[in-house]
Amino acid sequence: MAKRVGMEVAVAVAEAVGQCDIDMAAVYPITPQSHIAEHLSDLVADGKINAEFVTVESEHSAMSAVIGASGTGARVYTATSSQGLMLMHELLPIASGMRLPIVMGIANRAVSGPLNILNDHSDIMPQRDSGWISLFVENGQEAVDLSIQAFKIAEHKDVNLPVCVNIDGFQLTHMVEPLELPDQELVNKFLPPRVPYATLHPSKPVTMGAFAMSDYFTEMQKAKDEALKNSKKVILEVWDEWAKMFGRAYKPVETYKAEDAEIIMLTMGSMGETAEMAIDALRAKGVLAGLIKLRLWRPFPFEEIKAALRKAKKLIVTDRAVSFGGPGGPVFSEIKSALYSEAHRPAMYNYIIGLGGRDVTVKDFIGMFEKVIPYSVEKTVDTYEFWGVRES
Amino acid sequence: MAKRIGLATWQEITTGCVVFEPGSASEYHTGSWRAQRPIWDNVKCIKCGICYVFCPEGCVQQSEDGFFKANMDYCKGCGICAHECWPRAITIVEEK
Amino acid sequence: MNIVENFDLYAPRLINKKELLSAGHRACTGCAEVLAVRLMCKALGENTIIASATGCMEIVSSMYPTTAWEVPWIHVAFENAAAVAAGVEAGLAGLRRKGKIDDRYIKVVGMAGDGGTMDIGFQALSGAMERGHDMLFVCFDNEAYMNTGIQRSSGTPMGASTTTAPAGKMSSGQETWKKNMPEIMVAHGVPYVATACPSYPLDFIRKVEKAKSIKGPSYIHCFSVCPTGWRCGSHLAIAMGRLAVETGVFPLYEVEKGKYKVSSEMPKALKPIKDYFKGQGRFRHLTEEEVNDIQKKVENEHQRILHKAKHLKAWD
Repeated sequence: MAKRVGMEVAVAVAEAVGQCDIDMAAVYPITPQSHIAEHLSDLVADGKINAEFVTVESEHSAMSAVIGASGTGARVYTATSSQGLMLMHELLPIASGMRLPIVMGIANRAVSGPLNILNDHSDIMPQRDSGWISLFVENGQEAVDLSIQAFKIAEHKDVNLPVCVNIDGFQLTHMVEPLELPDQELVNKFLPPRVPYATLHPSKPVTMGAFAMSDYFTEMQKAKDEALKNSKKVILEVWDEWAKMFGRAYKPVETYKAEDAEIIMLTMGSMGETAEMAIDALRAKGVLAGLIKLRLWRPFPFEEIKAALRKAKKLIVTDRAVSFGGPGGPVFSEIKSALYSEAHRPAMYNYIIGLGGRDVTVKDFIGMFEKVIPYSVEKTVDTYEFWGVRES
Repeated sequence: MAKRIGLATWQEITTGCVVFEPGSASEYHTGSWRAQRPIWDNVKCIKCGICYVFCPEGCVQQSEDGFFKANMDYCKGCGICAHECWPRAITIVEEK
Repeated sequence: MNIVENFDLYAPRLINKKELLSAGHRACTGCAEVLAVRLMCKALGENTIIASATGCMEIVSSMYPTTAWEVPWIHVAFENAAAVAAGVEAGLAGLRRKGKIDDRYIKVVGMAGDGGTMDIGFQALSGAMERGHDMLFVCFDNEAYMNTGIQRSSGTPMGASTTTAPAGKMSSGQETWKKNMPEIMVAHGVPYVATACPSYPLDFIRKVEKAKSIKGPSYIHCFSVCPTGWRCGSHLAIAMGRLAVETGVFPLYEVEKGKYKVSSEMPKALKPIKDYFKGQGRFRHLTEEEVNDIQKKVENEHQRILHKAKHLKAWD
C-alpha cells in the first residue's frame, strides 16, 4: 500500500532509497544533507535496509567507495552538498567515464567563500561537464519519486551513467511536506535487480579504469557524450512508465500557464512553487505571464526548451549561481546558447537570485516581471543582475 | 572483441574503458627493448629456479628437462637472473 | 657471488606457478616493484580483487585496450585506492549477504606506491583501516613519486636526491626521516602489519599468505628497488633490496596484534650502510659526516624494533 505521510523531505528521500533494494551506501555528513545520511543509518540499524553502510572519512572517499562497490555490480547510493560535492569533483568524470551506475542525492547548498550553509545552486553548476545525468526537484514528492527513478535510469543497459538528484538544501530537505511513499510491491515491479555491464569478480576477471592514450581517449569521450545524450530517451520512457504505474507524470521542462504567455520566467528547483503564485497574481492584473521549470538539466532538453519558448516575447532566466566574470548565470548562458540558431528568440533577461539562502518572495518575482515589461523586445539585456543586492 | 584492422571506432570500444581480455598486454613483445640477453649454461645449472622467481617479466620458463630459459619475446635483458644465479650458470651477452 | 641463505633448492615447487600478471607490461628493465607485484599475485591466487592507485604499477599494466592483469582489477584515482578497496569489499559483502553472488571468499587488496599510501593516499588508508574492512593494503615503496619523474615523497629516505629535493650546493637531498608507515598502521590497531622485500621472495609470499588469511584489515609495506629512480644498474634490483635489509635500512619484521617479530631473514649483525649507498646515484653526494649521521639513526631504529620485539606483548 502507498503510504501518505507528513514527513521531512530528507527523511522521505532516505525512505525512498530504502525501498530500492540498495546493496551499499557510503556517506559523509554535511549540512544540509545530514538528515538523509542519518535516517539511512537508522534504517540500516533497525534492519529495514539490508545494505552495507559505510561511514567514510570524507566525501572523496564516499564517492570512491561507491565507485568501487558499483564495480562489483552492487546498487549504490550516496548523498552530499556544497563543499562535499566540490571535494568529489575530481571523481565525478571518472564515475561517468567508467560508466558506473551510481545515484547521488545532492542537498544543494552554497559553495564557500565565504562559508554559507544555506541553499543555492553553486554546488551543482560547476559539475555541468562531469558527464552525470542531473535532475532537479521542486517538492518532497518529486524528491521521493526521482530518487527511485534514478536507479532505473542509471542502470539501464543503454545508459550506464551515474545520476544526481538535486534537492534544495533546507528550503526543501528540512521541510515537512505531505507526500506519498509508493507501494513497495509496485516499486519492486518498477525496479528490477541490476544487470551490470561488467563486474569485478574472479569468475570473469576484467580490468576497470584502464588508461587511454590519445589514440583512444577521444573515442571514449565521444561514446560517453552519446550515452548521455541518448539517455534522454530512456528518461522519457521511465517517466512514462512511472506515470502509468504511480499516476504522477514528469517532463523535462514543466510549464505553468506558459502556452500563451508573452513573458516567461524560468526557474529550477523549489522556487518554482513560489514563482507560480507570482504568475497567478500577474495574470489577475492582465499580464500574460508564464513559468517554465527546468527539471532535466543534463542531458540538456533542447527540443523542450525551444518548444516552450516558441511564442514568448520575453524570457526571464533566474539563476542561483554566478559564473564570475562570465557571460551570465549558468542557466542563462545555456538557454541563450540553445536558442542561438532559432528563427524566433525571445528577448532574454538574467537575474541572479537566492544566493546563500536569501529568500525570494512572490513580491520579488512580480518585481522581476514588472522590471522587464517596459523593456522593448529588441533589447536582450546582455548582462546579468544580482536581484536585490544592496548597493550604495 | 573481434579482431579488426586498425583502431576501434567509438561505437566499437568497450563501455567505460573496461578490458575484458585478461593478460592481453602480452600482445606487446617487450623483448624489442633488449640491449643484452641471458644465456643459460645447463652444465652449471642446478635447477634451483631462482632465475624463474626473480624475473620481473615472469618470462623465465622451465622446460620438460627441468632447465630454464627466457622467453625472448618478453625478456628485457635486465640481467637480474644472471646476477642472482648462484652457480653462475647464466651469462649476459650483448644483442647484435 | 651472492649466497641467498635459507633458500630452499626446491623453490620452483613451493611457489605457485600461475602467472596472474602477464608479461608484456611496460615496467622499466629490472624493476623490482613489478616483480613484487608478480610474486604478491602468486601468493594471493585467483580469488582476489585488486584496487590500484595511479602510479607506476597502474600505468605499466593497464594501457587500453590491453591489460596485464589476470585477476579482477580496478583503478580510479591517485589518493583513493584504500577507499575504492573498501567500497569493493562493502559491495561484495552487500551482494553476498543477499545471495546475489555466491559466497566464495574473495580477498580484496588495495595497492599503491609510497605517495599513494603515505602522502596523498594517507587519509583514505587511515579511514579504511580504522573502519576495519576485510582487506589487505600493500604499499609498494620505491621511495619517491617515480611515475611522475622521481619527486620526493614522505617515503624518500634521508639523504636521497630526488627531483624536488635534489642534492645541490645548498642542499643534501631529503632532509627528513622516512615516515614510519608500518608503525602508523600498528597504531591503527591493524591486526597484521609486515614489512617485506621481493629480494626475500619466500618471506614476502609467506607474509602475503598470512595477510590473506586475516579476516579484517592487514598491511604490508613492500620495499621496491627502482633502478631507474635510484640510479643503479638494472641487474642490481634484487641485490640492492638484500643490502637494504642487511644494513638495517629496511628491517624485515611482522607485528601480529601488537606483538613484534623480527623476520628470520634479518641478519644478527648489520653491515655498514655505506655498502648499500655505494651503488646508488641518489646517495652519491653525501659526505662522510652525513653518512655517519644516517648510520646512527639506522642503528637506533633497528634497536627500537629489537626492543619492541623483546618487550611488547600482544594486545590481548
